[in-house]
Amino acid sequence: MLAILAAVPAFAQTAAYKPARTADGKPDLNGIWQALNTADWDIQAHAAAAGPAPMLAADFAIPPGTGIVDGNEIPYLPAMLEKKKQNLQNRFTADPEVKCYLPGVPRATYMPYPFQIVQSTKTILISYEYAGAVRTIDMGKPGPAPVDSWMGWSIGHWEGETLVVDVTGLNDKTWFDRAGNFHSGDLHVVERYTPRSPDTLMYEATIEDPKVFSRTWKISMPLYRHVEKNAQLLEFKCVEFAEELIYGGLRKQPKTK
Amino acid sequence: MSKRFFEIALAFAAAIVFLAPAPAAAQTSSTAALTKEGAKTSTPPRTPDGKPDLTGVYTNASVVPLERPKDLGSKEFFTKEEADAYAAKALAKTEVVAPGTYGDVHYSMAQFGLEKGQSKVAGNIRTSLIVGPEGRVPPLLPAAAARQAARQAANRGHEFDGPENRGLAERCIIWGNEGPPMLPQGYNSNLQIVQGEGYVAIEQEMIHDVRIIPTDGRKHLPADVHQWFGDSVGHWEGNTLVVDTTNFTDKTAFRGSGENLHVVERFTRTDADTVKYEFTVSDPSTWEKSWSGEVLMSKIDGPIFEYACTEGNYGMRNNLSGARADEAKKK
Repeated sequence: MLAILAAVPAFAQTAAYKPARTADGKPDLNGIWQALNTADWDIQAHAAAAGPAPMLAADFAIPPGTGIVDGNEIPYLPAMLEKKKQNLQNRFTADPEVKCYLPGVPRATYMPYPFQIVQSTKTILISYEYAGAVRTIDMGKPGPAPVDSWMGWSIGHWEGETLVVDVTGLNDKTWFDRAGNFHSGDLHVVERYTPRSPDTLMYEATIEDPKVFSRTWKISMPLYRHVEKNAQLLEFKCVEFAEELIYGGLRKQPKTK
Repeated sequence: MSKRFFEIALAFAAAIVFLAPAPAAAQTSSTAALTKEGAKTSTPPRTPDGKPDLTGVYTNASVVPLERPKDLGSKEFFTKEEADAYAAKALAKTEVVAPGTYGDVHYSMAQFGLEKGQSKVAGNIRTSLIVGPEGRVPPLLPAAAARQAARQAANRGHEFDGPENRGLAERCIIWGNEGPPMLPQGYNSNLQIVQGEGYVAIEQEMIHDVRIIPTDGRKHLPADVHQWFGDSVGHWEGNTLVVDTTNFTDKTAFRGSGENLHVVERFTRTDADTVKYEFTVSDPSTWEKSWSGEVLMSKIDGPIFEYACTEGNYGMRNNLSGARADEAKKK
């Protein structure tokens, strides 16, 4: 744990910026935030590509991106590369996102949907627009994860201006992106949220999973505040959009396209 | 196979993750503190930014039915002794036997459930959650009754055709506790309130949805934007959080409602352990008049666990594949 934290370098520590405070004196992270990148398609650098539905042409083509992985390398153990390849081949039916399943951490952060931080002294709630996903970060000492879950067990503390969240208890069913990057149930994520201006946060996460990766690796990206006056999370309850994919084969009459 | 059985089976399949920490025994808090007027209002603690502090993990489990049993007429309150006897009787019912199934197929709520028999239940001398002399939901207007009958008729004989023919809870779209109005369920009525500056968030354990209520004076969404839970805006009136919700979808169909459903909720902390939750429901296209109710929420130990619903929805898969197998057998 100490080793991981020590390994988190440079730009989280933009210590020069002093963010606004909540009434209880903590850095104020309240707000609606969103990543502005294409990491949900692939956390590594990738060129644009045709989308899965040719009839939708340019509308649903895959957008390019420079990636969010430090050094752009994901250090898979050699035996794990085949699974990543299979996941990529099957992604339009096997990705938990296509089925409207809970996205896990850190993926929830950089999906193409906003999320809202509601910050109190003892609990910081993060509500994600996608699928009504939610996690509560316990700012006390609740002990180890009692059970595995999709969104994990989050324990937070403040380090100067940074909210540090230790996430364990994640199950092995979520992916990092639509490119099939994956992990095991031993995943351990340490997130750091650091205000860098009134309307931006720097987000970093170290990823440790000795069953799948040969070393700890890191992702980082800025998060942007929704500053529009009418910003709010709307419902994206996608279960009904995924019913045909999941249960279509069990219908009495196949749905006519 | 009964729908009820599959709802329970579904709940059980998806619930395994949080069974371990289920609390020990029923704790019915005393009804003694409650008078006819409800619990005494005190000055509640404040959040650091000076708002009444509603934060915490609660259950709104209740032994009081939404509608008053007909034999109680216009009797709105029990005596304390009557209330205790009524609660004891309700809490003793923990076995669910699915009608039409094999004799040994049963479901012990005491063993597997997070139902009211195992959670804290706020003492309440009401005979129904709906307040007033009638204690019942007003009758549907003829047009609303016709609308509801048409909905039911359209599905009759097609109950197992596809996922859209199943109930919203079985589909993991919305669960009855979520509301608004947030009504207690027989099974798992746990929720958490978190307050940030300018917002109040309500997370329900079933089925992990969050309502984030802004208290900054903003208006509702444009009228043509409809959501399953509607659109909630709030403000503080003294010690009370008042939440106004419109913009429902007509698919939400709360007790026959349409998209004009309008819900006003009031959250007031009445003591260290209790939040009084009052609601008023109206929809001029559904009921002749509005109706109101009151539920008590009791603080419990956290945490709220993750109820991943669609991710473990074997009930839906089993219902549909069972129906297909039945059809194949009949051919």
